[in-house]
Amino acid sequence: MIRKIVYAIFIGIIIAGVLMFLSAFPFGENKMLVGKYYIENATNDAGAPNVVTAVTLLYRGFDTLGEVMVLFTAALGVSIIFAVEEKKKKVVQPPNFVVRVGSRIVFTFILLTGFYIFMHGHLTPGGGFQGGALIATGFLLLYLSYSDTGINRKRFMVAEGLGGIIYVFIGLIGLFVKGSFLANFLPKGTMFDLLSAGILLPLYIAIGLKVGSEFAGIVDDFMCEARCTGGEG
Amino acid sequence: MIYYASSLLLIGIGLYALIIKKNLIKVLIGLDLIETGANMLIVSIGFVKGGTAPIFSKEWLVPPLFVDAIPQALTLTSIVIGASQLALAAAFVVVLYKHYGTLDIRKIRSLKW
Amino acid sequence: MIYFEWILLVSIVVIAVFSIEVKDLLSAVILMGVSSLLVSFVFLLLHAPDVALSEASIGAALTMAIYVIAVKKTERREE
Repeated sequence: MIRKIVYAIFIGIIIAGVLMFLSAFPFGENKMLVGKYYIENATNDAGAPNVVTAVTLLYRGFDTLGEVMVLFTAALGVSIIFAVEEKKKKVVQPPNFVVRVGSRIVFTFILLTGFYIFMHGHLTPGGGFQGGALIATGFLLLYLSYSDTGINRKRFMVAEGLGGIIYVFIGLIGLFVKGSFLANFLPKGTMFDLLSAGILLPLYIAIGLKVGSEFAGIVDDFMCEARCTGGEG
Repeated sequence: MIYYASSLLLIGIGLYALIIKKNLIKVLIGLDLIETGANMLIVSIGFVKGGTAPIFSKEWLVPPLFVDAIPQALTLTSIVIGASQLALAAAFVVVLYKHYGTLDIRKIRSLKW
Repeated sequence: MIYFEWILLVSIVVIAVFSIEVKDLLSAVILMGVSSLLVSFVFLLLHAPDVALSEASIGAALTMAIYVIAVKKTERREE
């Protein structure tokens, strides 16, 4: 009991110290120094009206490549830990009629919304990560409403590899054409069009494919762990 | 000012749950609370009073007062990395329970050899 | 509606305190999901639509599904 009180007081002292340090930056003041340059030059360099997308994919594109690599390593680790020799499906009670018929229609709309969000990532808020997570949630709905479903893992592995290879290829072509990795070499087009803004559209398509199939693979590993009887008995 | 205080309180609660609690699932919940608190702190530092979302539209192409756009790009990356870290930690918890039969960290530490 | 943000921020902290004190592990996980959804509302109040979409779809939907399966494969009550 003494340990808990001492730890709570210690954490309270640290939080009070950080709060006193943060009162030198008052809330709501205009303290942009680097952000001012990015906001003024985003439409000339990228041709896209969404400034957050231009910062993520054009000015800081290398960090996005690192994040995609971290996600790939985590999905690889999950599928190695859950590897069992042979799996048999357990018999669970099938859900009722309304869920089974209704989930087919809803699944189509969820897939359509996910594709729309990452195709228009450079015009409206959204992008590859949000659209990919929506597609994986659609597959989770299919798992919950049918008792004996399973997705084809080979097709998802092909889609995931294709997404990663396209990202690195676009970077290498930029290196050969213009002299730096991930440089903008496609024409910018007119603003507010769908096919505009240089390399931002193909990059977001590659990211959306890769993130969607990775999250769907993680969900499939967890669901099969909870539902199938493994080989160890 | 209340945005700073509540984000720091979330980080403090998460730290408390990480050190004191004995169940492995409570430790995972503490990790998630620290992550959420840190993201909220970063986005609330870059807020400008009277500004709007950093997206241009067809009426004005000369920028009015915008909210800072760099903390939002950093927070996008941070949320995805936090979710993948939590998935790997949950896989570890399931396999540990299958191997040792308990979720108490005092018993797992003493069942060594 | 002047104090809308006060109500939202105080309820986030209160729900977080409840979620680490409850003995039933399934309730703790569900309270964690509710707290993630309320944080997504706060991001919308701070004029950040990209971050709000990301937190709602990844933090409140996928993370909760993984936690519920982890609780189902282990024990449900603490101690």
